[in-house]
Amino acid sequence: MELLATGCYFCPMTSSITHRLGDLHCGYRGRISALSPQDAHSSISADELESRLLELGFVEGAEICVLHEAPWGRDPIAVRVDNMTIAIRRREAMAILVEDSSS
Amino acid sequence: MTTTQLDTLRIALVGTPNCGKTSLFNALTGSRQRATNYPGVTVEKKSGRFTTADGKVLTAIDLPGTYSLRGRSPDEAITRDMVLGRVEGEDRPDLLLCVADATNMRLTIRLALELKRTGQPIMLVLNMMDLARHRGIGIDMQGLQEMLGMPVVTAVAIRTGGTAELLAALDERLRSPAPEAGPSLWEAPTSAQVREDQIKADAILRACVTPPKKPDTLTTRFDAIALHPVFGMMLLLAVLFLMFQAVFTGAQPLMQGLQSAFEFLGQIVRETVPEGLLQSFLQNGVIAGVGSVIVFLPQIVIVFLFILVLEDFGYMARAAFLMDKIMGGAGLHGRAFIPLLSSFACAIPGIMSARVVDQRRDRLTTILIAPLMTCSARIPVYTLLISAFVPDHSIWGVINLQGLVMFGLYAAGIFSALAVSLAAKLIMWRHQPPSPFMLELPDYKLPRLKSVAIGIYTRAMNFLERAGTTIFAMMVLIWFLASFPQPPEGASDPAIAYSLAASIGHFIEPVLAPLGFNWQISVALVPGMAAREVAVAALGTVYSIEGGKEASAEIAQMLAQNWSIATGLALIAWYIFAPQCASTLAVIRRETGSAWWMLLTFVYMLALAYVAAFATYRIACAFGLG
Repeated sequence: MELLATGCYFCPMTSSITHRLGDLHCGYRGRISALSPQDAHSSISADELESRLLELGFVEGAEICVLHEAPWGRDPIAVRVDNMTIAIRRREAMAILVEDSSS
Repeated sequence: MTTTQLDTLRIALVGTPNCGKTSLFNALTGSRQRATNYPGVTVEKKSGRFTTADGKVLTAIDLPGTYSLRGRSPDEAITRDMVLGRVEGEDRPDLLLCVADATNMRLTIRLALELKRTGQPIMLVLNMMDLARHRGIGIDMQGLQEMLGMPVVTAVAIRTGGTAELLAALDERLRSPAPEAGPSLWEAPTSAQVREDQIKADAILRACVTPPKKPDTLTTRFDAIALHPVFGMMLLLAVLFLMFQAVFTGAQPLMQGLQSAFEFLGQIVRETVPEGLLQSFLQNGVIAGVGSVIVFLPQIVIVFLFILVLEDFGYMARAAFLMDKIMGGAGLHGRAFIPLLSSFACAIPGIMSARVVDQRRDRLTTILIAPLMTCSARIPVYTLLISAFVPDHSIWGVINLQGLVMFGLYAAGIFSALAVSLAAKLIMWRHQPPSPFMLELPDYKLPRLKSVAIGIYTRAMNFLERAGTTIFAMMVLIWFLASFPQPPEGASDPAIAYSLAASIGHFIEPVLAPLGFNWQISVALVPGMAAREVAVAALGTVYSIEGGKEASAEIAQMLAQNWSIATGLALIAWYIFAPQCASTLAVIRRETGSAWWMLLTFVYMLALAYVAAFATYRIACAFGLG
């Protein structure tokens, strides 16, 4: 995808297993495989969290790249989703399952 | 809607946050816009008129930005209700203009699909087309129209004539009978519906839009610094520091200009009006009173200049990202950073913009601490007291000591706000978990002079309105209190010693005496309840009347001569916390819908002010400054 290349300069290859976006660090590049909002322990209901994530473009199949981590405790993270950047706390990012884009 | 008069067509602008909707609104309406409130709620309604090439006058309404019509916050609920024609006293708009950023359409296309289900006539506007072309993004307009099933036009809001195509499309529409609104199939989308819409939107974009040949590497490169754990924080601190230095030193020449202008006015009055009550009223009550407030307009303009430019540039969201952990630790939402930063100019717009924080708990905490942020009305008070009690030294030849103290006062405001928020988290919100922080970091864009200018103008007018009404009324009142009853014949003390003001001052003095406050301060604090800056003018009036005809000397000099340094510092500490602004309290009541929150704010701030001033006075006295 051309679009993805806009944001990522450093994208190391990792094994092709499923991760939670909330566990990942700068430079990770992959594709959203599923949303599992019930795992996020967010303060809002699972259904509400799922809607909000979807509204910001976190849809299955979307290309993502972790671009930045905030200074304090590496939280929140800034994630490139398709061609826009979203800041999200790790707690909520746990609801987003991603797989390596190379797989 | 078939009976609608064509030339009164009402057009509602809908779009996601950061889509450039407001700049399009500004481009269409220019200065012909006004801001009111929607009935029953405190959401700002921005509407304005504009004329098409055919000479038709249309009304544009700028609806609050939203990602969907689910209406999670009061603002988003207004957008939903306006679109659906559910707002009482408001007609349903005749046409929805769904505004998209042509370089970043993904979420807006999904919103357009949702809007289509409302059955309302709708048109998609691709704004920022120049940027899309520049980056080599290919857009198949015909395909987009067909797949979306709605007309699509382009616009470049920031360029003169950039709305020509949109205006022509509107004229085209007006020549034929207004299309009838179809039946509404809209219902609040479930997550499954949102997913379906987004997948459909993505498919449309894949079919009609080719990715950029020259992607925006500027944002990526700048973010590498701006969001860097170390450099990013340094940049943020530098930006804030620059802002405060600019507010304190950059405004000086302008302020001196205004000051001279008011002195000149006072001189004219002195020369033309015979000595007596009228002269005293005009000179000490009216001109000195209003002048001492208006003189601070340059600083307010500078604060808003920074805030608006940073907002337009896209930096505010980055600041929220950098600060979220700290804010979250104190029980705040990263989004609250923007309302709180606005509170540096004035707590009132800050409290009102707390609506962007959608969870009640976070919103109330934000409102609770917003008045602790150093608002522009404190600047006159701080400036006066600092110039009277802090020497004008330079440290290492570059840092101005007075500016440094100012910086410290801002820092004190911020840290106490975080502390209060933390206390609220531990005491009031024990059983409520924090709400999620999710925020789009928009691409950087050059701030638009026009929208910044409109923003500053609106806010400056708001301030002047306050200065012209509330503050003017207070000035007349204090002049009256300080002048009546008049001294008896052959009185030896200054006239004010016989006035009502003196009685009030002496009455509350015992309570404030432990803080080192004399009765003149006590007097000034009473009208100072109307607004913080009033206290400056009040002190001026109290002392200039006391000083008689030789009162033209600087208020600051007068204070330095009359007060100990400890008293001056204690009053500065008092002003960090004191709830000396009736308008803020009124807005809190309105925004929270409860007098309880207003009372809570008043009491906790007063308590902090008393403790801080007491401690400052005692410590300063211990160092021999009493």
